[in-house]
Amino acid sequence: MAVILLIGLIGVAPPTHVRAYDTPDDGGGSIMVEWHLSQDDAILDGYEIYRSNDGDVYEKVGFIGRNRTRYEDSNTEDGENYFYKVVALKDTLKMYSQASQPVMSSPQWFDLPKLNILIACVIFGGLILYFVYHARKGKELYIRKIAGLQAIDDAVGRATEMGKPILYTTGTGLIGDIATIASLNILGEIAKKCARYDTQLINPHLDPIVYTVAREVVKESYTQVGRPDAFDPDSVYFITDLQFAYAAAVSGIMVREKPATNFLIGWFMAESLILAETGASTGAIQIAGTDRVPQLPFFITACDYTLIGEELYAASAYISKEPLLLGAIKGEDLGKLIIGAALIAGSIIGLLTKLPILNLFK
Amino acid sequence: MNISLDPWIWISALLTVSIFSFLYRDNPFYRFAEHIFVGVANGWAVTFYWHNILVPSLFDPLFRRGQLLLIIPFIIGILYLTRFIPRVSWLVRIPIGITMGYYVGASIPADVQAYIIKQTQGTILTSQNFQAWNAGNMGVVWSIILFVGVICTLSYFYFSKEHKGVLGITSRIGIIFVMIGFGAAFGYTVMARISLLIGRLQFLLGDWLGVIH
Repeated sequence: MAVILLIGLIGVAPPTHVRAYDTPDDGGGSIMVEWHLSQDDAILDGYEIYRSNDGDVYEKVGFIGRNRTRYEDSNTEDGENYFYKVVALKDTLKMYSQASQPVMSSPQWFDLPKLNILIACVIFGGLILYFVYHARKGKELYIRKIAGLQAIDDAVGRATEMGKPILYTTGTGLIGDIATIASLNILGEIAKKCARYDTQLINPHLDPIVYTVAREVVKESYTQVGRPDAFDPDSVYFITDLQFAYAAAVSGIMVREKPATNFLIGWFMAESLILAETGASTGAIQIAGTDRVPQLPFFITACDYTLIGEELYAASAYISKEPLLLGAIKGEDLGKLIIGAALIAGSIIGLLTKLPILNLFK
Repeated sequence: MNISLDPWIWISALLTVSIFSFLYRDNPFYRFAEHIFVGVANGWAVTFYWHNILVPSLFDPLFRRGQLLLIIPFIIGILYLTRFIPRVSWLVRIPIGITMGYYVGASIPADVQAYIIKQTQGTILTSQNFQAWNAGNMGVVWSIILFVGVICTLSYFYFSKEHKGVLGITSRIGIIFVMIGFGAAFGYTVMARISLLIGRLQFLLGDWLGVIH
């Protein structure tokens, strides 16, 4: 009671040394405000941040709890001057700090803390371009056998002999997912086999853009093997963009059309087990592949063959023998060696010296 | 027992039971629920995209507020529809190329940061990483296990050589680590799925039939 009375009589100390500066390494539209804690920080509710364009009229732009000395105002106009005050708040008591120096936000061209990402992208990109160049020159690039891929020919052949269709789903990923792109590459190769053997392909989709791309991929494959007439535009179709409605529909297709082979290759979420179990119950051969770690155990459990993680990316190169894809796999392999070497070298440096080695990977 | 009188609860419950009937076999009830599900999902999606994306982000700014630069994404979007006109259907490849290029360009730096840079940082053997396990002296042991696991798993995904000799040994150890990881993920995900099932059963037995509270 006495403390409250005392606070009421003398107020609380305001924060000091308020400093505002353009948020570094960003795309603009943001100013960082810093201050020294109020001497009464322990009893405060927190700090209110006020902003002004002219230094006279201030408006509240944010609130942050006590024991905090920094606030990011991410709603500023680039090129406009702003003044900031920080207010120590206790119930209805407010103590204003001195105003900061004027500051304006601006965008930066480079995000310097992410320089290591740029270097990694340049190294890996350079390696891939190097191997693609050599692959295009006709150099033989070796890729080891991958079990699931050996089964693709058998699976397509089985469907052809049984006179049943092949179901291929790219999962529920968007076009930006690398697994989806890898899946579309594999779809192209499987579509070629379907075209050659005159096997029916069923390719239902969840995402309209992936569907549009897949349709072009399949159409192109039929054209490449000289069977454009055999391409059925209705074989590649959009169902719905709701995950479980899609799973329900594809499950229905599996039990009604009874495909001889199901390819579940791409980006999957919870529908993976629904699809894999339904497919297994129909007696179809199932070849699955994804880079989604939580879904891989379900595929391994319920499918005949599973492409694990990066095997999926390697698969499209292995099947197609395309120089571009082979070069990419070779580049990635060398990248893995570099990562392994970086881990070993980094660990030796980290254990034997006091150099801040981890800062290189922030 | 206190059966619900709310017609929406009844509709939800009957559709849920219809979907569950697939566990027995494909049947007309499942087919009915499946088609309703897909139809409603598509109807919802069309109205969602129209009211939350197309109108506020494109049509209003372009046609009402005169933000003429938006004509570019508008035309790119329209090109998706050219596939319905066979003579100019090749134009669909333009928006496909732009979309794929944009998404891949945006995702590669993010993936490099999340899956390469950060994982490398977390795997390197340093005293700082030993403490990150918050396991006392065992932090060293866990860090070494993680380090060996990462190196061996990397070797499993090395495609340029046959898995023989030293590479055969490390890749075999690597796949063991991978399978242990899958086992943990399997258990964790099954638990999550069971909780989803419990949620549906609570709805059926509680909200609908009133058997449980």
